[in-house]
Amino acid sequence: MKLKRNIAHSDSGFVFDPNTGDSFSTNPIGTEIIKLLKEGKDTEQIKEAIVKVYLVDDATFEKDYYDFITMLSKLKLTEDAAKEKN
Amino acid sequence: MPPRKKINIAVTGLNAIDSPGPGVPVIRALKESKAFDVRIIGLAYETLEPGIYMHDLVDKTYQVPLPSAGKASLLARLKYIHSREKIDVIIPNFDAELFNFIKLADTLKKEMNIKSFLPTVEQFEERHKPNLPEFGKKHKIKVPKSKMIFSVSDIPSLSKEFTYPLVVKGKFYDASVAYTPEQVATYFNKISGKWGLPIIIQQFMYGQEVNVTAIGDGRGNCIGAVPMRKQYITDKGKAWSGISIDDKKLLAMTSKLMKSTKWKGGMELEIIKTNKEEYYLIEINPRFPAWVYLAKGCGQNHPEALVRLALGEKVKPWSKYDIGKMFVRYSYDLIVELKEFEKISTLGEL
Repeated sequence: MKLKRNIAHSDSGFVFDPNTGDSFSTNPIGTEIIKLLKEGKDTEQIKEAIVKVYLVDDATFEKDYYDFITMLSKLKLTEDAAKEKN
Repeated sequence: MPPRKKINIAVTGLNAIDSPGPGVPVIRALKESKAFDVRIIGLAYETLEPGIYMHDLVDKTYQVPLPSAGKASLLARLKYIHSREKIDVIIPNFDAELFNFIKLADTLKKEMNIKSFLPTVEQFEERHKPNLPEFGKKHKIKVPKSKMIFSVSDIPSLSKEFTYPLVVKGKFYDASVAYTPEQVATYFNKISGKWGLPIIIQQFMYGQEVNVTAIGDGRGNCIGAVPMRKQYITDKGKAWSGISIDDKKLLAMTSKLMKSTKWKGGMELEIIKTNKEEYYLIEINPRFPAWVYLAKGCGQNHPEALVRLALGEKVKPWSKYDIGKMFVRYSYDLIVELKEFEKISTLGEL
């Protein structure tokens, strides 16, 4: 899963899609995940990074992570969602 | 930096109201021009158009006859105004007045050397709402199915050709979404009472509305284009805030249209982008939109470019604009002395 390349995000959790003009805000963990996705990290690498810092077990992380990714896809912020549209 | 050229520009559309005319934003963009030091002559139809009283933007205002009075009375009035103000360029901003101004363009240039940069009569006519389906076919652009109706008796049969909801539109202004034939009848009476016949029935398209403000040089080149998505819409369907977006397909569509129509002057494209990323043109406005100041904010001063084109200067097309720049409109109470209202009401100038 890849975020669309031109998605803009900031440390405050603000996310902006320049194609549609839509903007969103995420909590600090969401911001961190988006940052890691933008760096091109895969699911395993993201899990490793989050589990190291936060008190969360693998199963809970995976459930919440996939919920979050599904939401990003529904909001058309991911490359695959953009391709599906076409 | 070379000194700014002094120039007198007459502008209409001073009605900065809840359904705003483009005059005030056009003037703001011109006042901030790096090329011109402008003196603005406002042309107003009503005595309560707010621009009349904005003395920091409008240097002098004259009342002009309503478009229904015809081009002869408009010409007579413009002759008088020109004798006092020496107008260099004129920028009309209302759909309903454009026909008269287009017809008078040559006369104004020859007799008074007043320049303008307006679409041709053919360009103006072919993009009219009733002609939009033909326009789409000719220029290979998708437009929603639409037809003209002239009587409420045409309404019951609409369900054979269209699927509800439908958009009921006036010839020049106003549009309402109708979910039932009864609602079509209500809007038919309301809109035709205000703007006359025909009424245009258009298939409602599901999707996101995106708009483009653009300017063409009349030779097929798109000098500038800025796409915007409305973020806050009033009950009249007007953008109260919007944001510039990065939509290359929309820009390509605008350039294609400019090339195909050889559009001359400012224009606004109103487009529905469906979930399948199909673009349907729902309207072309033959002048700048009321949100044109956003283009200036994004680095493309379209009104300034229009003046340069009107003066016969060569204008290099813009290749970029700022993405993610927003406008947020606001209302503001001007305090006006009764003397001023009295002057514009009785003398027709202020």
